[in-house]
Amino acid sequence: MQGDSGVIPWVMAKTDATAGAATDTAGRAGPGGATLSEVFPEPGAEAAAAGFVLARLQDRAGPVLWVQDRMARLETGRPTLAGLDGRALLHLCLSRAVDVMVAVEEGLRCPDLSAVIAEVRGEASAISFTALKRIALRSEAAGVPCWLIRQAARADLSAARNRWRIATLPSAPHPDDPRAPGDPRWRLDLFRARDGRPGAWIARHERGAEAGMGPRRGAGGNGGTGGAAHRLDLVAAVSDGALAEAAGTGGQRAAG
Amino acid sequence: MERWRKLQERAGNAPPDEVPLALAVEGTHGPIVHAANRAARLAGVTEGARVVDMRALCPALKVDYADTGGDRAALQRLAMWARRWCPWTAVDDSGGDPGLILDTTGADHLWGGEAAMLAEMEGRLALSGFSARLALAPTWGAAWALARFGPVRATCADTAPLPAAALRLGADTVLLLNRLGLRTIGHLADVPRLSLARRFARAAPADNPLIRLDQLTGHLAEPVSPPDAPPVFRADARLAEPIFDPTHHLPDLCAALCAQLADARQGARRLMLTVYRTDGEVSRIEAACALPSRDAAHLAFLFRDRLERIDSGFGFDLISLEAPITESLGARQVDLAGGTEAGLPLAHLTDRLATRFGRGALTQLQPAASHIPERAETRAAPMAAVPALTPVPAERPERLLDHPEEVRVLYAVPEGPPAQFQWRRRTHRVTRYQGPERIAPEWWQDRPGTRLRDYFKVEDEAGRRFWLYREGLHDDGRGADPRWFLHGIFA
Repeated sequence: MQGDSGVIPWVMAKTDATAGAATDTAGRAGPGGATLSEVFPEPGAEAAAAGFVLARLQDRAGPVLWVQDRMARLETGRPTLAGLDGRALLHLCLSRAVDVMVAVEEGLRCPDLSAVIAEVRGEASAISFTALKRIALRSEAAGVPCWLIRQAARADLSAARNRWRIATLPSAPHPDDPRAPGDPRWRLDLFRARDGRPGAWIARHERGAEAGMGPRRGAGGNGGTGGAAHRLDLVAAVSDGALAEAAGTGGQRAAG
Repeated sequence: MERWRKLQERAGNAPPDEVPLALAVEGTHGPIVHAANRAARLAGVTEGARVVDMRALCPALKVDYADTGGDRAALQRLAMWARRWCPWTAVDDSGGDPGLILDTTGADHLWGGEAAMLAEMEGRLALSGFSARLALAPTWGAAWALARFGPVRATCADTAPLPAAALRLGADTVLLLNRLGLRTIGHLADVPRLSLARRFARAAPADNPLIRLDQLTGHLAEPVSPPDAPPVFRADARLAEPIFDPTHHLPDLCAALCAQLADARQGARRLMLTVYRTDGEVSRIEAACALPSRDAAHLAFLFRDRLERIDSGFGFDLISLEAPITESLGARQVDLAGGTEAGLPLAHLTDRLATRFGRGALTQLQPAASHIPERAETRAAPMAAVPALTPVPAERPERLLDHPEEVRVLYAVPEGPPAQFQWRRRTHRVTRYQGPERIAPEWWQDRPGTRLRDYFKVEDEAGRRFWLYREGLHDDGRGADPRWFLHGIFA
């Protein structure tokens, strides 16, 4: 919990809801802020990591290349068309981590993709600092964001520009049904950011109508409840955890 | 019929020979029999009769629909294949049912005489699974008549005793001739020409007995005009000395091939690189493109990492690059600003990934018209057109397991999902749930006895959101107590 307790709506005022990407437009990031980011899901939060990555895809058109290794597919399932907003999904299922890295590098040569997402389960020697550096440079050169979801892996030395940790949280109260889970909420921890400041947040992903036409995410503050199709609200996780606790227990009480 | 049988054998469900079988096409009054196998013909099934009548005659008759377009395409390929015997081959559809016509003038002595050539043709066709009726005659008309109505492997036999239908006439004209008492070609030939010409003055040339008779006897020339063989796109590199590594020759070969393709306005879909080794062996590798392409750099790239798979032995001195499958690709203008064409880099990417990791590894998920979650998405080839479907309004998980996994219910409640369940040796306590969403089996393709599913979105105390379903109901009479499965994971 290294977030500042004073900075509550850290984000949204400046950079709209593509938050956490304050880094994106600065420094060495490529056109449109494309760069390499790593996500380390806690055990059981692999689907949340996928949802988070999809929520963070910007308004780029074009298909998504999703590379998975075999263990990730066996353990946590395969991606579906949900959450893709009508983008095409090219799914590549491989058996070795080294193949995944080659495929990611190959995919980053194509500027028509909206993103390259790779999922690797477990530690692999192929995911070395050098390999990640190559991918980061290539991603920035091509302007295609690359997300690497590393399941069941330690966060070793890495060249990724942003490194996130994600865990699931009890979801927000459902507006209509107190017994039902509402919008998903995650605990996000940006523990390394090259051009920005690390921090920890509680994110709430509001998914609007599927296949949203028009603006995919609304601008505006974190308190706003608008008609935006998709929105990722971030609240700083305060150091004493009061806000997080309140939010979490609220959800559980609603479950009762 | 035999093509159908080969296709079924390839699919692994060919019926045994003794089952009467017929292929049908749509007729004016319902389907009519297009072809029948031997067992069906012995049972009395005749071609051209209605399928319902033949069913009455032979109740065990199995009927499938004939693929006439496919037959026609196969016949055209067969005509090209028959160029092995003589250069003038064409599909013969001058009469009723199509066949092949070969102008063997000056070719028969190469096969040891006319009879030996016919025997060789019949043997070759039998090897590829086709039975054939062959005849050899000085004219097209006579060969047509003898092949269909004459003795087996007739060679320049007498056509006079053949029926009038052997003149390639329409059914109405044959009927008329029969009513006039002209039952054979000999009868027709005896009739004075003037009266025949007067009687059939208004008939179309293909339906005029006099013209057909002249064609049969050779008074009227009827040359065979064979279609051009499809062009072969191939570039060769002949080397003075045997080498082991074709890498340096590949760009030149690709450029030469692309120049040929550009002249013909074609783009390659398949590529085959063949090396001819000095010890007489041949080794080849293949590549494929998702969209037709004649971009030399891209084609060369497709082979880049695979050249080491060529077994070069003691070296090779001839490299040939061939495009066996091409598609038409016109000259395209890149936009005025000189930017790259949209979609092209993506096609190149899918080619590179498919050649590197295999065609099955890369798929494109597409929505399909089904409510069963695992059928609502199909895997198509990349770059396929996406069907426009309205998505299911209900919420769907971000992750779907390939096979639903059974969970152990630790604490069941009468309604709703289990309050506690165990999945992959971990216990989850359900705090909140949403559902059920009932999805009934699709009766038109599911086995009878398939149970409906009640889907619940549940959340456990750690905030993990799962998609559980109960298979069946307690009293649906389709097996034991319903079981619970975990099918997907929400974000």
